[in-house]
Amino acid sequence: MADMICAGFGGQGVLTMGLILAKIAMDEGKNVTWIPSYGSEMRGGTANCSVKITDGMVASPFIKHADIVIAMNQPSLDKFMPMLRPGGTLMVNTTIVKDAVRRDDIEVYGVDATEIAQQEQNARGANIVMLGALASAGKLLTHDVIEKGIEAFFASKGKHNPKNAACYERGFACCARLG
Amino acid sequence: MARQLMKGNEAVAEAAVRAGCRFFAGYPITPQSEVLEYLSKRMGEVGGTFLQSESELAGISMIYGAAACGFRAFTSSSGPGYSLMQEGISYIASAELPCLLLDVQRYGSGLGDIFIGQSDYWQCVKNGGHGDYRSIVYAPNSVQEIADLAVLGFEKAEEYRNPVTLLSDASISQMMEPVELPEMREHDPDQFDWALKGKGTGESKRHTSVMYYMSDYDTYIQSKYREIEGKEQRWESFQTEDAELVLVAYGISSRICAEAVALSRARGRRVGLIRPISLYPFPVKAFEPLPCVKAYLTVEMSKLAQMAEDVALASGMKHPIYTKTGGTALYDSAEVCGEIEAVLSGEAKEAF
Repeated sequence: MADMICAGFGGQGVLTMGLILAKIAMDEGKNVTWIPSYGSEMRGGTANCSVKITDGMVASPFIKHADIVIAMNQPSLDKFMPMLRPGGTLMVNTTIVKDAVRRDDIEVYGVDATEIAQQEQNARGANIVMLGALASAGKLLTHDVIEKGIEAFFASKGKHNPKNAACYERGFACCARLG
Repeated sequence: MARQLMKGNEAVAEAAVRAGCRFFAGYPITPQSEVLEYLSKRMGEVGGTFLQSESELAGISMIYGAAACGFRAFTSSSGPGYSLMQEGISYIASAELPCLLLDVQRYGSGLGDIFIGQSDYWQCVKNGGHGDYRSIVYAPNSVQEIADLAVLGFEKAEEYRNPVTLLSDASISQMMEPVELPEMREHDPDQFDWALKGKGTGESKRHTSVMYYMSDYDTYIQSKYREIEGKEQRWESFQTEDAELVLVAYGISSRICAEAVALSRARGRRVGLIRPISLYPFPVKAFEPLPCVKAYLTVEMSKLAQMAEDVALASGMKHPIYTKTGGTALYDSAEVCGEIEAVLSGEAKEAF
C-alpha cells in the first residue's frame, strides 16, 4: 500500500508521526513495520523513520524507493526526495523548506506546519499539522480515519490536548499543491 | 488477543513476563536498553524483581542464583556486555540450570559501534565461555517471533536444563511491528525437585558443576547435546524445491533475502532461501532435501563470514559456498540480487 519516510530534526515529532500512521494502518488490518533511523545520534540532529504498510507480508523493513516522503526540514528534503518513485508524493513543511519543487515526475504538497503549530500555541504540534495535510493530499488514509487515529494514539498514553485537533484541521485546510 | 504495535525489545520483555519470568538482572547498553526500561516498570506490577546490577558479571551471577531456586530468570545485553557474561554462562551450563539470555547484536569488536550488525554469531553459537557446553540459540526475524521464542526458550531451557540464547540485532529489537502476545501464565518455582528452597529439614541440595557428582559425566554430556542436535533443529525454507542457488540467512538478513529471492524469481532465477531459526543446533536437516542445488550463498551482517562455516559443514561442502557480508554499511535486497547475479554468472569467488 505504501512505503513511507518521515524525516525532520529531533523534536519535530517525526518518529511519532510515523508511529501514529503505522498504528492506524495496523488497526485497519494492514501489516506494518516502523523502524527509526538508528546509529549514533545527537540532540538537534536529524531523525527519520521508515514505515511500510501493506496487505501482504512485509519482507525487509528498510526502504530504498519510497511512495511518500514527508520532509519537515531542508536536509530531509535533500536526502530523501531522490528516493521517491516516479508518481510518488512529497509532503513538505514550507515554514522551513524552500524550493521543494525540483522533480516533475512527483506530486508535491506543502503546508506551513511549524508556523501553524506556533499560531495554535502548540509548538510541538507541527507533526499533527502535517498529518492534516497528508489527509488533505488524500494519498494514504482518509480525514476521519487519521483524526480518530490521532485521538486514540494520545488517549492510549493518557494524554488529551485539544490543540491537536485545531492543528489537524488547519493542516487539512491549508495544504497546497506546489507541483 | 488484539494485535499491538511494539518494539522487539518491549515485546520480548513482555513475553518473558507472560511466560512467568519474575526475575531480571542486567545492565543497560544500546541497542537493548528498552528491555531494562520496560521491565523496570513491569516487574513491579507483577510482583517480580527487576535489578539493575552494577555490571553484567554481577547480573549473570544473579541469574545463576535465581535459576538455582527454580525461577524463570532472564537477562539481556549487547556485544561488550554479553562478553562480560561468558564466565557466568559457562557456570550456569555446568550446573545444568535453565535461563533465558538475549544478545541484541551490534557491529564490531571491542567497544565497536551501535550499527545494525550480526557479528556475534561465533560468540553466541560457538560459546564465549570455557568448557564443553552449548547454549541453545534462537534467531528471531520479527517482533512476533522474538516474543514467541522467549516463551519457547524458557520451555526448552527447563526441558534440557540448559541456557537458551535469543540472538537478535538492532533492527529486530528497535523495529515496531504488530504482535500478538502470549497468554499470561504463572510459573511455580517449587515444581522442580532440584530447586533450592532455603534452609529446611530435607536433603541438602547443591548447584555447582554436575561433573563432580556423576560417574559417567562424559557420556552423559555428550548424549545430552546429541539429543538436542537431533530433536531441536528449527528452520524455514522458501522456494528451495527447484532452487539451483540457495541463500542462507538468519534474523534481519533473512528478511532482506526474502525480498531478494522474490526479485530474482521475477527475473526467472531459480533461487531459494533457508532461514535457520535455531543456530545451535544448526538445522543441518534443512540441507538434505535440495534436489536441484548447485551452490549456496550465505548473507550475514558481519565482515567476516561467520555462519558460512556452519553452512559448509551442514552442506557437506558438496557444492561451492559464496558469501555476502555486511559491515559498517547495510546491504539491501538490490545488492543481494547483485550478488546472486554475480554467483550465477561465475564472476563471484567462492569462499568454500
